[in-house]
Amino acid sequence: MGNKQTVFTHEQLEAYQDCTFFTRKEIMRLFYRYQDLAPQLVPLDYTSCPDVKVPYELIGSMPELKDNPFRQRIAQVFSEDGDGHMTLDNFLDMFSVMSEMAPRDLKAYYAFKIYDFNNDDYICAWDLEQTVTKLTRGELSTEEVSLICEKVLDEADGDHDGRLSLEDFQNMILRAPDFLSTFHICI
Amino acid sequence: MSHQLKGQGEEGGGGTRGRARSGSLGTGDRSRRSPSMKRPHRAEKAPVPRRAQPGQKERAGSPGSGSPRRKQAERRGRRELLGDRERGSAEKTCRGRRKDGRASLREQRAPSKKEKEVRRKEEMWKQLKKHRSSSMASSTSSGESLSEEELARILEQVEDKKKLIASMRSKPWPMARKLAELREAQEFVEKYEGALGKGKGKRLYAYRMLMAKKWVKFKRDFHNFKTQCIPWEMKIKDIESHFGSSVASYFIFLRWMYGVNLVLFGLIFGLVIIPEVLMGMPYGSIPRKTVPRAEEEKAMDFSVLWDFEGYMKYSALFYGYYNNQRTIGWLRYRLPMAYFMVGVSVFGYSLMIVIRSMASNNQGSTSEGESDNFTFSFKMFTSWDYLIGNSETADNKYASITTSFKESIVDEQESNKEENVHLTRFLRVLANFLIICCLCGSGYLIYFVVKRSQEFSKMQNVSWYERNEVEIVMSLLGMFCPPLFETIAALENYHPRIGLKWQLGRIFALFLGNLYTFLLALMDDIQLKLSNEETIKNITHWTLFHYYNSSGWNESVPRPPLHPADVPRGSCWETAVGIEFMRLTVSDMLVTYITILLGDFLRACFVRFMNYCWCWDLEAGFPSYAEFDISGNVLGLIFNQGMIWMGSFYAPGLVGINVLRLLTSMYFQCWAVMSSNVPHERVFKASRSNNFYMGLLLLVLFLSLLPVAYTIMSLPPSFDCGPFSGKNRMYDVIQETVENDFPTFLGKIFAFLANPGLIIPAILLMFLAIYYLNSVSKSLSRANAQLRKKIQALHEVEKSHKSVKGRATARDSEDTDKNNSKNDTQLTKEGTAHHSASQSLTLDQKAQGPGASSSAGKTVLPASQHLPVSRAPGVRPDSGQARPQAHPWRSTSGKRAWRPPH
Repeated sequence: MGNKQTVFTHEQLEAYQDCTFFTRKEIMRLFYRYQDLAPQLVPLDYTSCPDVKVPYELIGSMPELKDNPFRQRIAQVFSEDGDGHMTLDNFLDMFSVMSEMAPRDLKAYYAFKIYDFNNDDYICAWDLEQTVTKLTRGELSTEEVSLICEKVLDEADGDHDGRLSLEDFQNMILRAPDFLSTFHICI
Repeated sequence: MSHQLKGQGEEGGGGTRGRARSGSLGTGDRSRRSPSMKRPHRAEKAPVPRRAQPGQKERAGSPGSGSPRRKQAERRGRRELLGDRERGSAEKTCRGRRKDGRASLREQRAPSKKEKEVRRKEEMWKQLKKHRSSSMASSTSSGESLSEEELARILEQVEDKKKLIASMRSKPWPMARKLAELREAQEFVEKYEGALGKGKGKRLYAYRMLMAKKWVKFKRDFHNFKTQCIPWEMKIKDIESHFGSSVASYFIFLRWMYGVNLVLFGLIFGLVIIPEVLMGMPYGSIPRKTVPRAEEEKAMDFSVLWDFEGYMKYSALFYGYYNNQRTIGWLRYRLPMAYFMVGVSVFGYSLMIVIRSMASNNQGSTSEGESDNFTFSFKMFTSWDYLIGNSETADNKYASITTSFKESIVDEQESNKEENVHLTRFLRVLANFLIICCLCGSGYLIYFVVKRSQEFSKMQNVSWYERNEVEIVMSLLGMFCPPLFETIAALENYHPRIGLKWQLGRIFALFLGNLYTFLLALMDDIQLKLSNEETIKNITHWTLFHYYNSSGWNESVPRPPLHPADVPRGSCWETAVGIEFMRLTVSDMLVTYITILLGDFLRACFVRFMNYCWCWDLEAGFPSYAEFDISGNVLGLIFNQGMIWMGSFYAPGLVGINVLRLLTSMYFQCWAVMSSNVPHERVFKASRSNNFYMGLLLLVLFLSLLPVAYTIMSLPPSFDCGPFSGKNRMYDVIQETVENDFPTFLGKIFAFLANPGLIIPAILLMFLAIYYLNSVSKSLSRANAQLRKKIQALHEVEKSHKSVKGRATARDSEDTDKNNSKNDTQLTKEGTAHHSASQSLTLDQKAQGPGASSSAGKTVLPASQHLPVSRAPGVRPDSGQARPQAHPWRSTSGKRAWRPPH
């Protein structure tokens, strides 16, 4: 192989491999993708762990994310302080969770966070409305949207408290036949 | 909102419970961090506090400020043991309660805290141990027992850490935390794994650890390598990200098919064609390996070769080329035997691989039955394909999600509405009638054309069209019937998903009908040829006889043998069948490619470039771009494979051609999809229909097995071509081998095994076994369903507990807030929830019998505790039921703070 790259130390790469579902090669590729987003911002040497954040505007314009209605939520969930600006660590985290290898539980946990628009640890009716509006680009009438939200709550709300807890959500999503195949971004 | 409320409830202190809870929450965490509080823990956990003291005394010098307090703590150690136990229980309860509110969130955080605590203790132990090892070297007996115990514990810790390291990537933590935890865990493991092997083979242990590390690294590298080795992975990923997973499923299927065909090709090529080419008699040595004199001058023309006549026909690609010599070459390779066994194993391998992949597909989808309960939820949370990275696809996806939502809303609203049933029924019957007419018509057309082609084949100088009429007609039918069916299916007004299945079934029936008509016509042809065979045999005989015995030749000089090209020969129906399949495959391939080129690529070019100078919008309007026809392509692939399976016995080269076809179509279709197709408007789920395709493939495999088995078992092979010539039936080759090459007793055993008296009982036994296994699996699945129901009931009970509890805390704060009427509905809901929970509980009690009733009774209590709380605001004053249940609450638990102030 040879040590061609000088971006990370060997230990850093090993640690990243332990912490993500990526191989060494994929980590390097992800780094270059990250670096490409803001070449003037991101240094080519990460051995000293520089504190660099790429703003959300650049993250959201990646071809993998730019058509995703939930891109802002994704970036917010994975960024450190919820503003969507991401460090390399956040970036790797995001694609690791979204990778094919990530287990269902992990994906379900983050999916819950993504769909929880107001960060109150419950998916309430308002969150559901947001989700539907984003999914359909607001082409449904308000009655239809509210009917859908009602139906979803009816189906998935196990404890009938009018909102979905993480447990409800996991219980529902773990039975979804194509959750794993759709909640997945390959890079 | 609720979170805030709860927080207020905790801190504002709605009575003792709230205070206790907030206190334990706050201090419980801090206590673990502050060194003074850590002491007692250690003292409690260390086996005997006194033993720990020497180390402590030695240490007392080095640490600065905290030591006096620690000493105190040591002294108080025993006394505090009791208190500690109390605190431990308090912590436990507090932890339990914390779980209530936001259970899983906390749960995920809780272990880490524990780990940290544990780690800190570990460090202390380690230091202790160091000191002990130096100072207590003399007093060995007690020290050793201690260290062993500690070692065991450390071993456990190390194992835990290792588990943590292994599962680090699936922890829902931010990366910085993961990295920190990982570093700590690794340091810990590195520090201690050497110490573990102390005493007995430390080196061995270190070596083993090293090897384990290397092994992990190797596994990772191997995994990297393996993912790189999957062919076309990037291409398919690319398509998947542009077109969603359903189109990619076709390409994955194509890749799978390519793999299967490669194996078949390896079998046939390696065991039949290569030995024949290397060791068999060369071309031109015997009549069956020579082009006959009449065809000789045209045999190299391209048009002849293109039809697989001429030199192509007399090559190792076809059945007729093979000689019936029992063994060939210096290896004494039994070619006829190998030919037969390869023909059988092609089917055997295909059956096995199809069934295996079906079974593995099935295992993935266990909880299919439950998906009906969550239609809207699944649509809401899993319908967006995160892979989509193309704005066109995204637009389509938005549209399809919108329409699917609308559809299900309509379904929901109209599920109880009845429309004009008679009209739809009439239309459906009409549609089916029309389609059956189409199917019959196409079947007859093919039969007619095949009959005509037999007449053409007897005539001289037929035109190109007349020669290829069968293929052309079949391809045209395959091209025009599916759209026709789709148009007719519009009458039926089915749900699109059901409609798609119908469509698939009808196209399948069409193809199958065509295929079998074609086969029947071929059979007719074969029978005709077989009936002619006897006369040809006589002619051949007579020619040879006359040639050698004719007068006017010098008797003394032995006459040179007749040139093989001049020997009259039979029609060799096997090769004819092989040629037919070969032509069909090639023409099918060409038609597919031309369709793609014309229908997709040229259309796309036209739409793209003529749009600048056209009266209407071509891209959005009428022609627009083509969609990728998944169902048609998959069915085409399946039927092509059926042809291959049928034809490969008569044309060993067919599989090679198919491998080429699949390879080219992989690249060609990938290119065509990416360049000239637009994604579907209605994307149907790839995961479900995959097994549907496999089922069709299995059906086709079975159907293509039938004619081959029939010809092998009941038709006599041609007398002058192929590896089985001269035998009565093809399978005689086995008998021959058994008789000649195996010891006699084995032959006897085989004869005994082939006895119907043994075979019929064996078949019966198999049926019985199938019946037995089937019933066992049925009962198991029933038990499974029952268990699942029970789990669900328990789950619901638990949930209702939690919700009631959570509501109770919310109520505490609501009392201070003087809340509004919004929770009226919630409360009533809750009441019903509790009701159902208690119902299921009683059911459970009944089900579990007397043994479990006591525990169930315990669980009933807390539920009833909270009942008055939820009823308290007096929204539903049906307290007649509530009062008797309120008593146990008062009597068992004295938490008055729970009671709402009236």
